[in-house]
Amino acid sequence: MKRVNRRFSTLLFLGIAAALLGAVTLAGICLKDAALVTDFSRKDLPPCQGFLFGTDWMGRDMFARTLAGLSLSIRVGLLTAGISACVALVLGVLSAAFGGWVDALISWWIDLVMGTPHILLVILLSIACGKGFTGVVVGVALSHWTSLARVIRGEVLQLKTAPYLLAAEKLGVSRWNRVKLHLLPHLLPQFLTGLILLFPHAILHEASVTFLGFGLSSEQPAVGVILSESMRYLTTGKWWLALFPGAALVLVVVLFALLGERVRLLLDPGSVHE
Amino acid sequence: MTLEGKDITFAYGKGAPVLDRVNISLSSGERVGLWAPSGRGKTTLCRLLAGYERPRKGQVLLEGRPLFPHEGPCPVQMVWQHPETVLDPLLPLGRSLEETGPADPGLLEQLHIRKEWLRRFPGELSGGELQRFCLARALQPATRFLLCDEITAMLDLVTQAQIWDFLLREAERRSLGLLVVSHSQPLLDRVCTRKISLKE
Amino acid sequence: MEPILEIQHLSISFHQYEKGFVQRELPVIRDLSLTLEPGEVTGVLGVSGSGKSLLAHALLDLLPYNSRREGTILFQGEPLTSQRIRKLRGKEIVLVPQGVTYLDPLMKVGPQLRKGRRDRGAREKVRSALARYGLKEAAADLYPFQLSGGMARRVLMASAVMDSPRLVIADEPTPGLDAKAASRLLGHFRELAAEGAAVLFITHDLELALAVAHRVAVFYAGETVEIARASDFPEGRLRHPFTQALWDALPQGAFRAIPGAQPYSGEVKEGCPFLARCPHPGNGCGQGELSLVPWNEGMVRCLYPHGEVMA
Repeated sequence: MKRVNRRFSTLLFLGIAAALLGAVTLAGICLKDAALVTDFSRKDLPPCQGFLFGTDWMGRDMFARTLAGLSLSIRVGLLTAGISACVALVLGVLSAAFGGWVDALISWWIDLVMGTPHILLVILLSIACGKGFTGVVVGVALSHWTSLARVIRGEVLQLKTAPYLLAAEKLGVSRWNRVKLHLLPHLLPQFLTGLILLFPHAILHEASVTFLGFGLSSEQPAVGVILSESMRYLTTGKWWLALFPGAALVLVVVLFALLGERVRLLLDPGSVHE
Repeated sequence: MTLEGKDITFAYGKGAPVLDRVNISLSSGERVGLWAPSGRGKTTLCRLLAGYERPRKGQVLLEGRPLFPHEGPCPVQMVWQHPETVLDPLLPLGRSLEETGPADPGLLEQLHIRKEWLRRFPGELSGGELQRFCLARALQPATRFLLCDEITAMLDLVTQAQIWDFLLREAERRSLGLLVVSHSQPLLDRVCTRKISLKE
Repeated sequence: MEPILEIQHLSISFHQYEKGFVQRELPVIRDLSLTLEPGEVTGVLGVSGSGKSLLAHALLDLLPYNSRREGTILFQGEPLTSQRIRKLRGKEIVLVPQGVTYLDPLMKVGPQLRKGRRDRGAREKVRSALARYGLKEAAADLYPFQLSGGMARRVLMASAVMDSPRLVIADEPTPGLDAKAASRLLGHFRELAAEGAAVLFITHDLELALAVAHRVAVFYAGETVEIARASDFPEGRLRHPFTQALWDALPQGAFRAIPGAQPYSGEVKEGCPFLARCPHPGNGCGQGELSLVPWNEGMVRCLYPHGEVMA
């Protein structure tokens, strides 16, 4: 009997998921203009053949708007998760490598950020930066790095006492080479997994602040904007306005979460040969 | 050249001292066997002499001058009982070997390190093969003293004999000072020029 | 007398990813046959990483997730299945592990040895097991970190003899022990054998194996190349050239090394894995599969044992 090649199936899943997310992103960019077209002759249409997700009170195609919104969300997510992860890496490594007051300061800072309610922090940062695209990116990026920074700090603390690092020092390998050759490669699995698992958080928080009106401005086809506007029409029975964009958002988030989980399984020595 | 440990006292954390005012000296060309019952700080003494730990009291002296703190390649190198712990598992062995400069091809040949092993990762080779890499790395040009902490204790007898055969010739040629830690008296009798033991 | 353990043609292999999607089957132990009699200490001698520890893991059903076991293992005449192992291990089949790290650091010695039982009988058993190895009753109230190295080893021995085991497996039980401490520990194993248990003593140290075992099985590249009596070594009655090479490499003996290194298990596809290093190779050594055959009151996997032509 031929066993299922787990690594192959996992990578296949990763490929498909990444392609799907990429396609959504690209499609959203292409449909950006279509999402803004208003036509009152076709307003409030329920889902039908021409308009898969229906149209809204201004006759805009909800399918195009959803895709454009998701695309924007994914791009904001990528950017913020990327910045967050890099901040986490730098602060985590600094904290563990230098120790002493540097470690105390960074750890205190991590506790402070973690101790503040998440959504509140995002809103405050977003308002401070003038809302809009910059506000959301700054708000989400500067509030999500803490847990990954902690993980990386712990990992570096452990690696610091690894005999191969100490031996390299005695052999006369320079500090930078030791970090480059013996430290960073060992952090890669944690970093990658952390990065991918940050996406869903970033996307959800972007949508939340936008929904609450502290994020992206209302003329942009963001998922948060779509959802908050559709709230007003839900009571009049126009269910499609919220259902499809909401479900699509959940789907994207779940996809990212699964992606992160699978990458972890692939890199974890405890399951690498399955 | 002489390596000296003078009045070395050491304890881990707040525990009882592992070493209490230990004196040891080792000259170039000498092969000193260190013997003691288990748990009497043989490994700790090696770690102190190689600079992995700092003594609570006392000093490590090279030619009468304090050796540590030391920048760059240390003239005192340690080889360990478990070679797999001192080689980065994510780095091909060839790169681990050459982090400190190009490896001497003659040395590799004498250690019977095969070319194809250079591309392998530590997890793919046996303990005996890894120990050859550790020796090649520790025997860089700057090395004057080699501290061998049970380096063949985990290996089979044939590999043990191969490694010591090489090491004795190399120590002779470069006039290295060797500190040999082992629980095996016959091995110490065979390879050392003098023996010392750690008392309580 | 009925043997306690019979291992017949046991093979253990791992499946691993080599590069990318290529999976390969990596044989670690090949065609191992061994019979353990009551009252006997059998040494298994192999280099670190040769898979000898996997033998212990197979007998305790502790093999990792990506491994596969073939062949038969009979315990007291009946097949040893995973279910049966789970019922027997810790009672009739016990392990004496390498060191104190195998004890739970957060549990006192006494409760750890009782394995959750609280009745008077269990307490009495712990007391007598500890007393047997010269430990006072107070030792049961210590945490593992409070034990000295020697005490920890005696606790591990005590934990093994709690339920008068039939099969005792010792996996490198003496790393870094000096000769005196080691011989004391080895005495304990001989004692257990004398009480009718079979002891499987796994080590890479020939001197230790010879000091404790009645018979020694020698591993080379995942195969047992010879099963010899301990007395065969000093008496020069060894059968396989590798065993002879081990004996010749003893520091107190010739301290002579043969060139070359052990191939990995499965690296040599055909013929004898020792062929490249053999001092007296002959016709047919490079072909086919060699099997373990009886020779001169022992077993050997060689066509020309002791340099002679086999009848």
